[in-house]
Amino acid sequence: MDSFLKSGKLGDTASSKSSTSGISKKKDKKLQWVEKYRPRTVEDVVEQKEVVALLQECILGADLPNLLFYGPPGTGKTSTILAAARQLFGDIYKDRILELNASDDRGIQVIREKIKTYAQLSVASSRADGKACPALKIVILDEADAMTDAAQTALRRTMEKEAKTTRFCLLCNYVSRIIEPLTSRCTKFRFKPLNQSFVLERLQLICTKEDVLVDDDVLNILVKESGGDLRRAITALQSCAHLKGKGNKIALENVYDVLTVVPSDWITNFFNLCKNESDINEIIRFINDLEQQAYPCHKIFEQLNDLLIEAEISEPLKAEIGEYLAESSFRSSCSRSDFTHLLDFAVHVQEILTVPVEHRKAKAEKIARSTMINGIA
Amino acid sequence: MSLLWVDKYRPKDLSSLDYHTQQAKELKNLVANSDFPHLLLYGPSGAGKKTRIMCILRELFGPGVERLKTETVTVTTPSNKKIEITTVNSNYHIEINPSDVGIYDRVVVMDLIKNIAQTQHIGSTNNQRNFKVVLLTEVDNLTKDAQHALRRTMEKYSTNCRLILCVTSLSPVIPAVQSRCLLIRVSAPSIPEISKILQVTCKKEDLTISPALAEKIAKTVNGNLRRALLICEACKVENKNLTTDREVPEPDWKKFIEKTANLITHKQSIDNLMTVREHLYELLTNGIPPEIILKELLIGLLLKCDKQIIPQVVRDAALYEHRMTQGNKHIVHLEAFVTKFMCIYQEHLSSLMEGF
Repeated sequence: MDSFLKSGKLGDTASSKSSTSGISKKKDKKLQWVEKYRPRTVEDVVEQKEVVALLQECILGADLPNLLFYGPPGTGKTSTILAAARQLFGDIYKDRILELNASDDRGIQVIREKIKTYAQLSVASSRADGKACPALKIVILDEADAMTDAAQTALRRTMEKEAKTTRFCLLCNYVSRIIEPLTSRCTKFRFKPLNQSFVLERLQLICTKEDVLVDDDVLNILVKESGGDLRRAITALQSCAHLKGKGNKIALENVYDVLTVVPSDWITNFFNLCKNESDINEIIRFINDLEQQAYPCHKIFEQLNDLLIEAEISEPLKAEIGEYLAESSFRSSCSRSDFTHLLDFAVHVQEILTVPVEHRKAKAEKIARSTMINGIA
Repeated sequence: MSLLWVDKYRPKDLSSLDYHTQQAKELKNLVANSDFPHLLLYGPSGAGKKTRIMCILRELFGPGVERLKTETVTVTTPSNKKIEITTVNSNYHIEINPSDVGIYDRVVVMDLIKNIAQTQHIGSTNNQRNFKVVLLTEVDNLTKDAQHALRRTMEKYSTNCRLILCVTSLSPVIPAVQSRCLLIRVSAPSIPEISKILQVTCKKEDLTISPALAEKIAKTVNGNLRRALLICEACKVENKNLTTDREVPEPDWKKFIEKTANLITHKQSIDNLMTVREHLYELLTNGIPPEIILKELLIGLLLKCDKQIIPQVVRDAALYEHRMTQGNKHIVHLEAFVTKFMCIYQEHLSSLMEGF
């Protein structure tokens, strides 16, 4: 809560600055909200208590270890390290960090040349204005899990050899994709998905700052659908605000469309259709209609999964349907026509729910046997 | 100059769109805003994605975007191979279909966008847009490589270049690209909407179409407005009286697939398979997308087979569809599906006979 009040103050200073000079106002307008409302200090970072505590110690003078942040997108990994760097180095922080993300070329060649030469440079232990600051540089490797194993291996020795002048900060979604030698050289921190109430508060703050009109329940749904990803929530809010224009209220449909949520009617109807013994023609017609609505297929499966978990079906059957759902969803993920996969799923759910297990097992065995015989013949 | 109705009566600006009017209003707001995001429009074919894009462009830059010229651009690949791609451009935007060049799409995407982004636009005074628009169609056919390149380009050149992407299915587009765009869903128009548009169009042509016929056409086209208008015009060419009892012609390829399905269920043998293969080749060479062939074939076959074997058939269809998108020889997978179906079908028939 405390941090929010603080960040609110920061937002204030930003907006007062913009009103004083015309140029910065113009710039301000162009800025994405995600960038505009990025936390400026480590204290502003919400929720991630352990890492904040550690970084605060470092800012006060403790030694900074190599860091490894991992966690789902939009939980503040990049924000945290940038804010820490800003506080550590003040105005000159841009010179002291080297930020590389997956869009930059990051093969083994780059590690060997760019990072090595950068790491070898030594820096002064004071700022331009005479204040003391650590004689360190930070190399931020964003999306480190997208680096090749070879590139990661090349990093091992560099990390140790240049420990005098350089600290590394690796950011990634999946810690399992970082090779063991690297993780053991870093202090690991897991970034938890943000609590919904935090996301909500942050969005409300932005709404008041940006004069966005939105109902509380619509905002609640936006928070829920963005699933603890603050960046996604803020981007969606900005898109909605753009679509609606100034002075208009954001409607629920806008939120749904921007986050590509399928209206729950379609999902429940689809599931009911599978559950009841509907005619194949009926199913084909329904899926055709669904396809014409152009809802993205992966989202349909995702929401079907949510529905399935809640559904009143016996657990073993649920598990079986769930397995099939995963398979269909995987197949459709790179396919250009969703129809076949949706139909496949529907027909199978119907089979699972209507035909007893023993029958299905016998049938599957028979098919396996017949293909074997045919194969031999 | 005589134009097809589809082009002649294509709405020119956002306020004259016939359906999704709420969305049109929102798009207008979007354009009025000072910063314009990258857009990704998705929806089935014939739903009006392209029409909307042109309307947005007109709203952005004024009528100048309609002065189109086609150009052929030559791009050199890293291996010194020269490839040519046709672009449609105006002073303000450039349209390319990068999937035309197959595996070289990455080079094309990067080169063209770089070229455009580097020449800054010295706009006339009446519009303050300091960016050009690159319109990429059929992004769902792009290779993953090209899409990753796109993601980098999108960020790098965002100051003087905006992308508008156009896809039919969102699934093959990588999440990284999706999250950088504002997604706009263009769903197909409903049957009443199509039939109303048909009636209005006929009125503009001084013809009267009976509402029942308009509805009949709307029902057959599966939400594809373009096809509806084409069918309607074809009917007119045949005979000016557009009365209720007129037959609505099905597209030839659809009839052909139906015939193929009949053939498959009629007899299951190697000889028959060879005939089916000829049919499939003919469909493919006529430019029918393989996934459409599989879909229509599946529907045709399902209507003819017993309820007990439906799950198995559909499962195999899904399997082969998946493999088809992974591989690049479509005919193999189509044939494999047909053969598999024949097997299942015959087995089922013989098991029925056993009972007697």
